[in-house]
Amino acid sequence: MDDPKKMKAQIEDISHVDVRKCMRCGKCSATCPNYDDMEYHPHQFVCMVEKGEIRKLMDSNSIYTCLSCFACIERCPRQVEPAKLIEATRLMVERERGANHLKPDMIVQKLDDQLPQQALASAFRKYTK
Amino acid sequence: MEYSYFPGCTLKNKAQELDTCGRISAEALGFHLEEIPEWQCCGGTYPLAEDEIATKLASVRALAAARDAGHDLLTLCSACFNVIKQVNEDMKHDKDICFRANNYLKLDEPYTGTVQVVHFLQVLRDTIGWDTVRQAVKEPLSGLKIGAYYGCLLLRPSKVMQFDDPEDPTIMEDFIKALGAEPIIYSLRNECCGAYLTLENKEIAQRRSGKVLESAQDMGVDFLITACPLCQYNLTQNALSKQTPVYYFTLLLAHALGLKEMKGVSTNG
Repeated sequence: MDDPKKMKAQIEDISHVDVRKCMRCGKCSATCPNYDDMEYHPHQFVCMVEKGEIRKLMDSNSIYTCLSCFACIERCPRQVEPAKLIEATRLMVERERGANHLKPDMIVQKLDDQLPQQALASAFRKYTK
Repeated sequence: MEYSYFPGCTLKNKAQELDTCGRISAEALGFHLEEIPEWQCCGGTYPLAEDEIATKLASVRALAAARDAGHDLLTLCSACFNVIKQVNEDMKHDKDICFRANNYLKLDEPYTGTVQVVHFLQVLRDTIGWDTVRQAVKEPLSGLKIGAYYGCLLLRPSKVMQFDDPEDPTIMEDFIKALGAEPIIYSLRNECCGAYLTLENKEIAQRRSGKVLESAQDMGVDFLITACPLCQYNLTQNALSKQTPVYYFTLLLAHALGLKEMKGVSTNG
């Protein structure tokens, strides 16, 4: 059984984000270029972590759609850094044994002649542990 | 003038033009890029988790090598610049990360974030100067309307990157002006192209880069310039409708300096 308090502490430990600094202005989600492609948006990560609803975030595809573009980090007026919560949630999933979102044998069919090495390095950093 | 140069994985492979044009242009402008021996891939994205050390070590090794050589560390790739500069900031200000990284690496002398991490464009602006660049131009790019595509990684997070104003940058526009062309401002020049999602979720990358391209095309650009191989890929390979060429800024520079021919680009000058 999940212990929401423990999971919240774990997220805070990985991210060092203080969700209580958030003043609910919504600027992080307003500026997120991938807003339309996320089930839970950056401001919801902040609220839901505060409420301990971490399993819902872990089960959502939103943890794989953050672009790490730093827009929410740059534009948050309270330096909450929502992207760090998304990273921490994804890591909670990927650090579980066998929970990698991207596996080497999935790569071959995704390759094309022009794909830069940087895309592979970044995707492996984001989707595997 | 010499810099410790971190090329990064892609500049040795798909983005060789970004690398080679940067090196020859640097020589022509009076500085030298000395490649760091045995550098390792930076990982492409900065590890945002505070409890990760292993993913930061490649950057720390490169930084320590630059420190030992007595140079600033220079990159051409936006991603390497972002990752290494953010890790350097951790080494400077995060005692826990600094302690654990040094504990692992066992360097002869611990590394504490003392190296300056600079991007090639900053050297042009802050050390060489736009006037010198302008005077060195042999093939002015007059008549061309060029859009600067900054993307994310050069600019953000601005309190660490210290590259330019994150919402209204001017460095690449000044670069374009120094080469004799007209810079075109468009609204999404500092928004994400879709990044590594191109591998895992192509449709998202297509939508993101499509919006950026549309915004640039609306303003009538002839082509775009970038410092990022992944931006270049996304903006050219994921464009579903009208194509716009996207060139590395160093190719444009090498062309203007008379060092390299650029196919498909003709000027009215």
